[in-house]
Amino acid sequence: MTLAMATPTAAPSAKTKTIEIAGLNFFYGKTQSLKNVSLDIHDKQVTAFIGPSGCGKSTLLRTLNRMYDLYPGQRAEGQINYRGRNILEPGVDVNALRAKIGMVFQKPTPFPMSIYDNIAFGVRLYENLSKGEMDERVEWALKKAALWEEAKDKLNKSGLSLSGGQQQRLCIARGVAVKPDVLLLDEPTSALDPISTAKIEELISELKQDYTITIVTHNMQQAARCSDYTAYMYLGELVEFGETDQLFMNPARKETQDYITGRFG
Amino acid sequence: MIGEHSSKQYDQELEGIRSKVLLMGGMVETQFEEALNCFRVDDAAKADKVMADDHAVNQLEVQLDDACSHLIVKRQPTANDLRTVMATIKVITDLERIGDESSKIARTAKSLHGRGTTGFAHYDMIRTIGKATSDLLHDALDAFARLDGKQALQIIAADEIVDHEFRTILRNLITFMMEDPRTISSALDTLWVAKAIERIGDHAKNIAEYVIYVVEGRDIRHSKPVVQEG
Repeated sequence: MTLAMATPTAAPSAKTKTIEIAGLNFFYGKTQSLKNVSLDIHDKQVTAFIGPSGCGKSTLLRTLNRMYDLYPGQRAEGQINYRGRNILEPGVDVNALRAKIGMVFQKPTPFPMSIYDNIAFGVRLYENLSKGEMDERVEWALKKAALWEEAKDKLNKSGLSLSGGQQQRLCIARGVAVKPDVLLLDEPTSALDPISTAKIEELISELKQDYTITIVTHNMQQAARCSDYTAYMYLGELVEFGETDQLFMNPARKETQDYITGRFG
Repeated sequence: MIGEHSSKQYDQELEGIRSKVLLMGGMVETQFEEALNCFRVDDAAKADKVMADDHAVNQLEVQLDDACSHLIVKRQPTANDLRTVMATIKVITDLERIGDESSKIARTAKSLHGRGTTGFAHYDMIRTIGKATSDLLHDALDAFARLDGKQALQIIAADEIVDHEFRTILRNLITFMMEDPRTISSALDTLWVAKAIERIGDHAKNIAEYVIYVVEGRDIRHSKPVVQEG
C-alpha cells in the first residue's frame, strides 16, 4: 500500500512561469555548488528556498540576476529562461536584467545618502524623469514598501538614520522603484526584530500582487507562512519542490521531512 | 517515527505524549472489558469501580490536551510530527468518549441486575457485539502504537461487523418486546447498552482513521478508504 506521491522535482501546476531553470550547474572555481537544478518560478507567487547552510540556496538566488558575475572564478551552466531568453548566455545586458530582477540582501544596505536619493538613485540609471515625476515615483515606491507614513516627513534625512527594519523596507522600496518583474530576497529578515520581521512578511504578501518573489530563508516557519511554493535544497541539489502547504504537511521525500521536523544532522 | 530530533527534549516531549496516550488507551480498554463483565456477573462494586475509573481517564484527557498545546507553541511541529500531534488531540477525545460509554454500560448493568430476572439473557444478547468491539478497540490501539496503516484499514472495514451485529440485536429485542411487553423496560436498557458498544466501535474506527492520517497524510474521514497496491 502506498500513497500517490508527486515526483520530487515536478512542476506543481500549470501556472504562468516567470523563470524556468533547467539543468543548472554552478561552480565556485573547481567546487560545484549547484548540481543539475531544475525548477520553475511562478508568476506573482512567492517561492521560498530552504535548506541547511551551504546547500546552495543563496547561490541559486544569486544566479537569477547574475549577481555572481561580480566575482571572478564563478560560473553557471545550464538554462535560466526569462522572457524567452537564457540569461546565462553571453551578451545579456546584466544591468537591464538586474533592473527587472531586483535583489534585497540579508543586511539592510541603504546608500549613505538621503531617503529620497536612496530611491531616486536607481531610477535615474534607467529613466529620465522630471522632478515632479520623480517625487511621485519615490512616494509610490515608499508606499509599496509600507514606509511612506514613517518616512514622508524626513525624506531628506540620511537613509542610515532609519531603524534596521525601516532600512530593510527602504531597500525593498529601492528595488521596487525601478519597477522590476521579480524581487529576490536573500534572508531579508534575519537581521531584524520580530515586529520588523512581521512587517516585512506582511509586505511580501502585498508585493506578490504585483511581483514575482523569491525568498531565501533560514526560518522555516517564515517559508511556511509567506510562500506559495517551497524548494528544499541539500548539498547543491534540489531535493523537493512543491506547494508550500503540501511540503510542510506531508512532504514526498524523507530527506525533506527530516529537515523540516528538525531531525537533521 | 519519534526520535532522532536534533533536540533531545523535543523527542522526550513527543514520547511523553505518546506513552500517556497509550496509557489512556489501556485504561479505557480495561474499563470497557470490566463494564462488559458487569453485564455477565452481578457485581455492583465492580460497576461502581468502572464508573469511578472514568475520572482518571478524564484527567488524562485534560493533561494530554495541555501537553499538545504546549508542544505546538514551543516546537511548531511540521509534517509527520504535526500530524501526530493533531491526531493525538483527536484520539484522546475518542478515548474519553469510550470511557463515558463504558461507564454508561456499567451503570445500566448495575440497574438491570438490581431488578432481577426479566425474561431473556441480557449478556447473551450483547456477547457477540461486545467481543467484536473489544477486539476492534484492541486492534485500533495496537495500530496507533505501532503506526500500522495496513491494520488500520482492516479495522475500518471490520467496524461494519459491529454495525451489522447492532441491527441484529435491535431486531431481536423488538421481537421480545412484541411478544411480552413485560420485557420492554429491560429490553430498552439492553438496547442502550448495545448502542453504547456500537458507538465504541465507531470510536475505534475513528482512531484507525487517524492512524492513516499520521502514517500517510491522507484524511479518509467521511470517505470510502482506497487501498492502493504498490
